[in-house]
Amino acid sequence: MILGLIRNIGQASLSFMAAVGKISLFTFAAVRWSVAPPFYGRQLGRQILDIGFFSLPVVGLTTLFSGMVLALQSYTGFARFSAEDTVATVVVLSVTRELGPVLAGLMVAGRIGASMAAEIGTMRVTDQIDALDTLSTRPMQYLVAPRLIAGTLCLPLLVLIGDIIGVLGGYLVGVYQLNFNPSLYLSRTLQYLEFSDVTLGLVKAAVFGFLIALMGCYHGYHSGRGAEGVGVATTNAVVSSSILILIANYLVTALFFG
Amino acid sequence: MVKNPSKIEISQLAKTFGSKVVLSDISLSIPAGQSLCIIGTSGCGKSVTLKCLLGLITPDTGSIKIDGKETVSQSRTHREEMLRRFGMTFQFGALFDSLPIWQNITFRLRQNTYLSRQKAREAAAEIVVQLGLEARVIDQYPAELSGGMQKRVALARAIADKPEILLFDEPTSGLDPITGGVIDNLILDSVRRLGATALTISHDMASVRRIADQVAMIHKGRVIWSGPSTQMFDSGIAEVDQFVHGHAQGPLTDEAILAAKTGV
Repeated sequence: MILGLIRNIGQASLSFMAAVGKISLFTFAAVRWSVAPPFYGRQLGRQILDIGFFSLPVVGLTTLFSGMVLALQSYTGFARFSAEDTVATVVVLSVTRELGPVLAGLMVAGRIGASMAAEIGTMRVTDQIDALDTLSTRPMQYLVAPRLIAGTLCLPLLVLIGDIIGVLGGYLVGVYQLNFNPSLYLSRTLQYLEFSDVTLGLVKAAVFGFLIALMGCYHGYHSGRGAEGVGVATTNAVVSSSILILIANYLVTALFFG
Repeated sequence: MVKNPSKIEISQLAKTFGSKVVLSDISLSIPAGQSLCIIGTSGCGKSVTLKCLLGLITPDTGSIKIDGKETVSQSRTHREEMLRRFGMTFQFGALFDSLPIWQNITFRLRQNTYLSRQKAREAAAEIVVQLGLEARVIDQYPAELSGGMQKRVALARAIADKPEILLFDEPTSGLDPITGGVIDNLILDSVRRLGATALTISHDMASVRRIADQVAMIHKGRVIWSGPSTQMFDSGIAEVDQFVHGHAQGPLTDEAILAAKTGV
């Protein structure tokens, strides 16, 4: 009974370490092949379009409503000790430092992480990855590298746009619902905002973009057989990238905090 | 004794996945310009042998020589050079479904040499016409084609840059007998035109009879018989007899029943 328990714990930790090792090797290979020629420009372009452009509506709506609700909530709180005029500052700092990158990251993880895992997983189960290999093309360079590069580049851009839309959401609620003076709200928004607040958010976004693409590619690449295998790979990609985003969010913030 | 030089020489190949022995002793030799068919029941190790040959799976022991040159555990660069001499058609085609047919067919051609879009499309059209398809299919996507057409496109992709060695994984499976016959003729024709050495995995005895010079039967990870295709019907080995005649009863099925009973 106790032996069985110990065996289970041992097995679980061994398979965990094995997975960490496999992911590390995959990451290493993926990064290495991302910086070596040949580069597949068309593939990169397709990914940039898919991740950057087609995620705009999702990210825009997410940050718009987050900014709006944030203005309402912080107003409720700050009104209790007559600090209503800090609403604009709170909204802009929360959106740029925290909500923009994290919410955009999570939304893109659902959208892009899943589609990458499903697409690469399907290619795996239908032998297309082996076919690439036999046709003088390294799958790492053709499939994984463009996705990693596009993910890392596009998320900061998405988040930058998301930041602006989020602040706009706060502004709309502040001015039209809470009756702030428009120019006062705007000047309060910019008054305490520092450049580093925005860059912290963008650095986070780049890390999240890398993690999303990495998990999507990794789980797709190692997908099990058949439709079920691809389904499992897709779920794992979304779950693992979401969790990694939240962990990385804390780590990057802590690193810049000190 | 003067031997016809072997294009492909596989000796004592063994591979184990976990505790499952998939290949225990595979030795095969294919002379240049000959066509060898590997036959055997599902799961006997045919596909793994083919994947070892392509370097997609590394065998535990044994050697694979192409033109006398060892290819097991060769460097990445050597393997990539070697693969350029291979043309492979996968069992289910493995066509890239995000690319139109002409890009599928000229994929490797465009990887290795600069080819303008116009030239690539012309090359693709020429090959599909050779294989009995209409030139306009080159602008379609794989999902829009029927099974038989997909097999032809897969064959077109394999022969597009004139490889020396052609590999076919069940080229006629899932096709009606007539289309299967057409594919067989196309394979024979391409192999002859390129002067290529061919290795085919097949279950389809009618197809094996048409395209093979030599036949080898793999059973439980080892080659139990090999010889000219004309002799496969009188090999004198019970397992081979049962397989080539497609009998429901015999040593192959008895083993399967026994294994199911004992749970081995």
